[in-house]
Amino acid sequence: MEMDRTVVAEERPTIIDTVTGAIRENYLNANYGLKSWFLTVDHKRIAILYLISITLFFFLGGSFAVMIRLELITPQGDLVQAETYNKLFTMHGIVMVFFFLIPSIPAVLGNFLVPIMIGARDMAFPRLNLASWYIYVVGGLFTLGAMIAGGIDTGWTFYTPYSTSFSNTYVIATGLGIFVVGFSSILTGLNFIVTIHKMRAPGLTWFRLPLFIWSNYATSIIMVLGTPVIAVTILLVALERGLHIGIFDPALGGDPILFQHLFWFYSHPAVYIMILPAMGVISELVACFSRRRVFGYKFVAFASLGIAVIGFLVWGHHMFVSGQSSYAGMIFSFLSFIVAIPSAIKVFNWTATMYKGSISYDTPMLYVMGFIGLFTIGGLTGLFLACLGVDIHVHDTYFIVAHFHYIMVGGTIMAYLGGIHFWWPKITGRMYPEGWGKFSALLIFVGFNLTFFPQFLLGYLGMPRRYYAYPQEFQVLNVMSSAGASVLGVGYLLPLVYFLWSLRYGRIAGSNPWKATGLEWQTSSPPPTENFLATPVVTEEPYQYSPEETEAEYAMTKKENVNV
Amino acid sequence: MSETHSSLVAHQFDDGVQQKQATTLGMWVFLITEIMFFGGLILAYTVYRIKYPEEFHHASKHLDYVMGTVNTCILLCSSLTMAFAVHAAQEGKRKLTMIFIVVTMVLGAAFLGVKGWEYYTKYTDHLIPGPNYDLNHLWEGAGLLPKTQLFFSLYFAMTGLHAFHMLIGLGLMTWLFVKTKRGRFSKEYFNPVEVCGLYWHFVDIVWIFLFPLLYLVDRSH
Amino acid sequence: MWDFPLFPEQASTVAGRVDSLYFFLVTITIVFSLLIAFAIAFFAIKYRRGNNVDRSNPLSESKTMEAVWIGVPLVIVMIIFFWGTNVYFTIVRAPKQAEDVYATGKQWMWKFQHIGGQREINELHVPVGKPIRVIMTSEDVIHSLYFPSFRVKQDVLPGRYTQLWFEPNKPGTYHIFCAEYCGLQHSGMIGRVVVMDPVSYQRWLSTGKGGGGSTTGDAGTGSGESMASAGEKIFQQQGCASCHMADDATRAPQLKGLFGTQVALKNGETITADEQYIRESILRSGAKIVEGYEPVMPVYQGRISEEDLMQLLVYVKSLAAPAKNQSGGTQSATVPGTATGEQARGTAQHADVPAANAKSGSK
Repeated sequence: MEMDRTVVAEERPTIIDTVTGAIRENYLNANYGLKSWFLTVDHKRIAILYLISITLFFFLGGSFAVMIRLELITPQGDLVQAETYNKLFTMHGIVMVFFFLIPSIPAVLGNFLVPIMIGARDMAFPRLNLASWYIYVVGGLFTLGAMIAGGIDTGWTFYTPYSTSFSNTYVIATGLGIFVVGFSSILTGLNFIVTIHKMRAPGLTWFRLPLFIWSNYATSIIMVLGTPVIAVTILLVALERGLHIGIFDPALGGDPILFQHLFWFYSHPAVYIMILPAMGVISELVACFSRRRVFGYKFVAFASLGIAVIGFLVWGHHMFVSGQSSYAGMIFSFLSFIVAIPSAIKVFNWTATMYKGSISYDTPMLYVMGFIGLFTIGGLTGLFLACLGVDIHVHDTYFIVAHFHYIMVGGTIMAYLGGIHFWWPKITGRMYPEGWGKFSALLIFVGFNLTFFPQFLLGYLGMPRRYYAYPQEFQVLNVMSSAGASVLGVGYLLPLVYFLWSLRYGRIAGSNPWKATGLEWQTSSPPPTENFLATPVVTEEPYQYSPEETEAEYAMTKKENVNV
Repeated sequence: MSETHSSLVAHQFDDGVQQKQATTLGMWVFLITEIMFFGGLILAYTVYRIKYPEEFHHASKHLDYVMGTVNTCILLCSSLTMAFAVHAAQEGKRKLTMIFIVVTMVLGAAFLGVKGWEYYTKYTDHLIPGPNYDLNHLWEGAGLLPKTQLFFSLYFAMTGLHAFHMLIGLGLMTWLFVKTKRGRFSKEYFNPVEVCGLYWHFVDIVWIFLFPLLYLVDRSH
Repeated sequence: MWDFPLFPEQASTVAGRVDSLYFFLVTITIVFSLLIAFAIAFFAIKYRRGNNVDRSNPLSESKTMEAVWIGVPLVIVMIIFFWGTNVYFTIVRAPKQAEDVYATGKQWMWKFQHIGGQREINELHVPVGKPIRVIMTSEDVIHSLYFPSFRVKQDVLPGRYTQLWFEPNKPGTYHIFCAEYCGLQHSGMIGRVVVMDPVSYQRWLSTGKGGGGSTTGDAGTGSGESMASAGEKIFQQQGCASCHMADDATRAPQLKGLFGTQVALKNGETITADEQYIRESILRSGAKIVEGYEPVMPVYQGRISEEDLMQLLVYVKSLAAPAKNQSGGTQSATVPGTATGEQARGTAQHADVPAANAKSGSK
């Protein structure tokens, strides 16, 4: 298989610690001790801190999902109380959206890669970067505390006046957690924007940037412009709930529709915060494993910015049945169709990238193919929801649930896992076990489809979302969905196990196991604290792959292996 | 020069120019997020003012526009002294920088003092939204317009958020003062003063928007 | 084994139109997903590493291809947009002859009242082949009235009226769901809509019996009094009549013929006297003062229940109808915009009738 690539001999200077004599050559062993991690300003270490914390939240949110799927095996409520069920789906949503999906790729892969990919020593504001992790942790602890104290049952959307005047759960505490974690997002976005603008290596012009940088740049714009709006909205919810001042509750003079406008003004673009970085990852991966320059580089780059900009203008499509004016609905519907175009551009360009490539089926590439397929379905079913006539029927049903899981789980998480596999050797210096990687990628793909495809059918049948008990005729499809979820769950646990295993037993990766282009592969694995020993100078465009050369090399190594 | 210079450039930057550009851009980006932060509130204000014009018109009369005007003047003066402080720092005049920072702080504190007094009078007048809210004893027409409370909710949310930004500004000024006193700034390196100045002017501008929106609603009749 | 449904029943006139659009979208989805999946599989197999195929001069940019895959999707989504919007406006625009039903959502039940006064809880009886307009409000949080078999849904908001309409075309019993999460028993806020042939429906209206296999059998629990006459009683009880006397516009604007007309306001604006306007003027009388009047009417916010308010509204609407005693049965009240507006332009019509004991001022 592809396992037996020749490891490039590396020239790296060895720094010997004068006191202990230990070799200190990379960011992981540069210094030791808890303090060196918790007070680090190294973007790579901060990425690791994020990796650990979001993984914890992922499995927490996942365990809520397990409970939800178990409850829904039977039509009547039996496993948990209705109250508990409502809390479960609320906390599943809150944890997954605010504490996993939004930070996932930007805060882990972005933090690790953005400075290296642009040839910088660190982010523009390393201390701010660390602060944003601490803010994330504080927000997370707040929310966790609220969950342990009794949880929250408003749905992750916090619709008023239920959240402000009717729910008897810990809305304010949870809201504060989300308010706080928003600042982590804002500061990360701010750091990315300044870093990408001001810290690029000599010669690294905008059109020489990897597409991962473009997509993170677009993401940062959304983070910086959108997040403050949700922050102030949640603040107002907390004020109304805590002090009974009237902003959103009609009984107090407010307007609940205004809440929905403010909420979705952020929360729709937040979907692009989740998917844009994933698209960036896919661009990197599809180029590397097809050994081709990404087809239509500029179109893909500008599609990211297009999504970021138009994405701000489509929030009203969450409100087609809310009571907003039908003409507003028409405009939002139109814009929602327009925002589908940049996504389509990307899908077609990725597919075209594979043409005449030299394609290998390493785990990250399996995730890429899975992503493109699932994202295509997720995107196309988005058209159903942008389409006014159909949305009236499927709004707030399982159709929506299926659609956004295709985008967020089939899209973002597939890309995130693909990216983690791809850059794992760079992050840790070790390879993951390829066989297990492929197996779990397959499990995730199969489990995912089994879980969420039946939900499209359920949705069109009319099963509303957030239902604790449901009519008998929906049971078969729900059981299928729950069965799929168990496969999916195993698929997610496997990487956790083998990644940890690889830390100790994985094969030493070498600086560039994928023979990939990109500045991150030109430094050692793991990279030194300041990323590069000398500031790199960029002289050419990204993705200088040659499928023919790869084929020639491949034929050579195959021959050698036969001879041996 | 290069000796002192390089020690002031953080390790991730190549030189002072890059550092200065980066921090200035960082502050601008931050201020953009701040605009969106206040923007959410201003949107809410706009929606309700259109929805309840009568209520806003009458409720606004119960804000003290004299105090508001005084505060506007105070804040404008503080922006001026802040600009002087930045200029002094640019010229490397340490003493003068300190003086202007202190004057700015005094003006900022005076603003908060006036604001606090206004809040206190709102409290004694039962104009703080919540169960004790009562406009009827001040204006007999209030009974016909049950949504005047909304105006005061927004008044407190907007001015409260602004006052919170003022407090942060005062914290930044204190930090600048200490750093200036210790001689950390020079002609070559005064970027923190400049960046904090940007922030201070921004908070000032926010007030310039809040003042007419809240105090000067249709005073003509 | 396949005895579970994969597709919902079509039981309204729009259901078929929504489904055609849906199948068009499903076709688009299948075609494009297969296209992409096929291309990926084809490239992945043909250009797999080690396979000896021509890889020379690979294209990495093509404006023509970009134009094609921007242009084709753009055309397709525009077709969907126009088609979808067209269906949508059919769904939201109730026909003028629609029969009104009033609905109130509260945690966690649906209360319906027919114009004739018949009340139902979590159950709605409607005749086949007749457009029904549901005017709704909520007593607490946001709910959403959803008839999957009719393909219609509308959020139900506290503090205002929303509406939806449908025309059932197939007798039977179908689901009613609450589609907007509303708290603890959200999934229990369900019911059924019974579509009956017109004869059985008339029988049901008059006797409250024979509700298509109804378990309760006597779903219509109304007192037999129509909504309009119940509203008239409230109109008297609350003292509305003392100022809003039918033929006297001295102290207060005339209500006769008001509904659906244009009203000139004191602040110079003109507004249509629709359900929302009537509602607001009762609850928050100071909000929209009619030209020529002083704000002297008391505020009824918190002093009248949503259901009483609906009856009052139906009464006001019945005053707009040409025949005065036409206030019950299955005949609908006038729909906004249909009244000519000849009478009661809203400007003061000073008649020399002494003022009655009008309440004024606050409280």
